[in-house]
Amino acid sequence: MQIVFKTSYDQDINLLSKTGEYIRVTLVVLLMLAAPLFLDAYYLSELGLLLVYVIAGVGLMILTGFTGQVSFGHAAFLGIGAYCHSILLTAGVPFTVSIILTTTFTGLIGMMIGRSASRMHGFYLAVATLAFLIIIETVLGEWTSLTGGYAGLAVPELQIFGYYLSELWQQYYVDLALTLFVVWGAANLLRSPTGRSFLAVRDSELSARSLGVNVEWVKIQSFGVSAAITGLAGVLLAHHLSYLAPETFGVLESLKLLLMIVVGGLGSIPGAIFGAIFVSLLPVILSLLRDVLPEAMSQQAGLEPMFFGLIIVLFVVFEPDGINGRWRKLLHFFETFPYYRKASFVRQKSYLKTERMR
Amino acid sequence: MSSLVVENLSIEFGGVRAVDSVSFEVEPGETFAIIGPNGAGKSTIFNLISRIYEPTGGSIHYGERSLLDVPAHRVVDLGIARTFQNIDLFEQATVLQNLLVGRHSRMSRNLARDFLFVAGARSREREHRRKVEDIIDLLEIAQYRDQRISDLPYGARKNVELARALCAEPTLLLLDEPASGLNQEETDDVSFWLDDIKHDLGVTLVMVEHDMGLVGRVADRVMAINDGKLLAIGTPEEVRADPAVQQAYLGTVA
Ligand SMILES: Nc1ncnc2c1ncn2[C@@H]1O[C@H](COP(=O)(O)OP(=O)(O)OP(=O)(O)O)[C@@H](O)[C@H]1O
Ligand SMILES: [Mg+2]
Repeated sequence: MQIVFKTSYDQDINLLSKTGEYIRVTLVVLLMLAAPLFLDAYYLSELGLLLVYVIAGVGLMILTGFTGQVSFGHAAFLGIGAYCHSILLTAGVPFTVSIILTTTFTGLIGMMIGRSASRMHGFYLAVATLAFLIIIETVLGEWTSLTGGYAGLAVPELQIFGYYLSELWQQYYVDLALTLFVVWGAANLLRSPTGRSFLAVRDSELSARSLGVNVEWVKIQSFGVSAAITGLAGVLLAHHLSYLAPETFGVLESLKLLLMIVVGGLGSIPGAIFGAIFVSLLPVILSLLRDVLPEAMSQQAGLEPMFFGLIIVLFVVFEPDGINGRWRKLLHFFETFPYYRKASFVRQKSYLKTERMR
Repeated sequence: MSSLVVENLSIEFGGVRAVDSVSFEVEPGETFAIIGPNGAGKSTIFNLISRIYEPTGGSIHYGERSLLDVPAHRVVDLGIARTFQNIDLFEQATVLQNLLVGRHSRMSRNLARDFLFVAGARSREREHRRKVEDIIDLLEIAQYRDQRISDLPYGARKNVELARALCAEPTLLLLDEPASGLNQEETDDVSFWLDDIKHDLGVTLVMVEHDMGLVGRVADRVMAINDGKLLAIGTPEEVRADPAVQQAYLGTVA
């Protein structure tokens, strides 16, 4: 075991306690800030899109990874965010006002869903959130006067305080600023009583309750923040798509969000980030796969969802800690070199929960 | 200081009376043990006090307050904390996080404020951390502080669960089999800690325990139940000598 000597409680309270962590995060942030200097238009817009998925991933991570409530309907919040924002912009509401109204609105819808979901578990919750997704997708498609229906809805140009931000790098900085804000906020949650009550509900509702955690309220809150953050991702996504269609926010998109946090590593913020990177690289992987697969298979319509499902299953079975878990092991390997032993990550003593001990 | 007063407490599960009109009173500062054979209804009494189950009859008062007016998550606000027979910790969280959740009822929290970690958040965290560290020292679990519960051996989990309950600064502590699954040495440790908790922290203890040695050492009074019904209440010696109790145990308590 690597021993970290601690001299102050602040080391546990600070977001980044180890020097290595501090340097890595600073480097990544600097690199992100400098990205428009060396990336061409295509890659910059892809990077912006990746950031949007980081936000959505953090949103779902709070609900599923931290609070243990699975949601198959998170694309609905993405959709509500994107549509609500575009409709408000079209109606002449300024960008900053619209972004606040939209996240509040999605957050409130999330709280409503959370309220009805607060007594559901596992499978029932999965079905209920899926039903919610289908309802929203249908509403977006059918309410033609408001959403433009299946014909789609044009997203007005990005404009803040009356200035058009039509340059790609300007949009990118908006994405980056909001991503940093959301990641910082989610990390704050985890070092505060509210976030700890989320973890408590995830691991044991019974114990949580006996320690004073109002479990129903925690679920409502968690659905609320999660939906608000995902709605915010929807706002930014709208500007990347510039044209909204209901089917963009369907089951496949929900599955993609779940895939992201499972592959990245459930229960950690870096997990959401790794997951977003993975999902952004997925089209590349898929197209490579199409090349090697026989034509009859590669032309199949259901290839993408099947591939998503397969990856989720493989990760759940072989690497439940996700990419983040791999990464932590790798870091540990270098930090303790040459003393690394596989056993460091094996449970020290397994113990069986039994009804009676003697 | 408040006393716990239970009167004619009853609960039925599908026609089976798991607890049948049980009455008892626990004085402030006392250590009170509940004994009885498997399935007697001991844990069920705890679950009724912590409001996990709704009784079919009777009343529970702690001091002035009727517990039946209080939802499960508010019981700890009255100063009542507990442990579980099958250790129920937050498995994927660290020991420190578990203990900090133990302080939940004592911490002000607000989603927006916590998300922004606004001024004051850090000093609040430090202050509660100090309280947690006192408990960590008391129960000697400093070496596990940053480990995940899922990596801990059984004995350490037991200590952490006790510590977590203490973090709520209870005045009444319900312990469901604090020594089950522990070896003799660990059981001795538990009896010392229970003494400390009682004398230094002034906590009233109610415990369910099968280990009669431990009960004899720490309990002031004992209540024996069987099939949900009260058999005897008195000092450990009195209860042990009671014919009905000996009958119920069929000689297992000689
Ligand atoms: N939720 C429940 N639903 C149905 N029956 C229950 C429930 N909880 C407890 N019982 C029943 O109530 C009776 C008392 O159970 P309890 O757990 O209180 O026993 P106990 O005295 O704690 O026994 P042990 O020493 O084995 O822990 C048992 O017959 C049990 O099957
Ligand atoms: Mg029991």
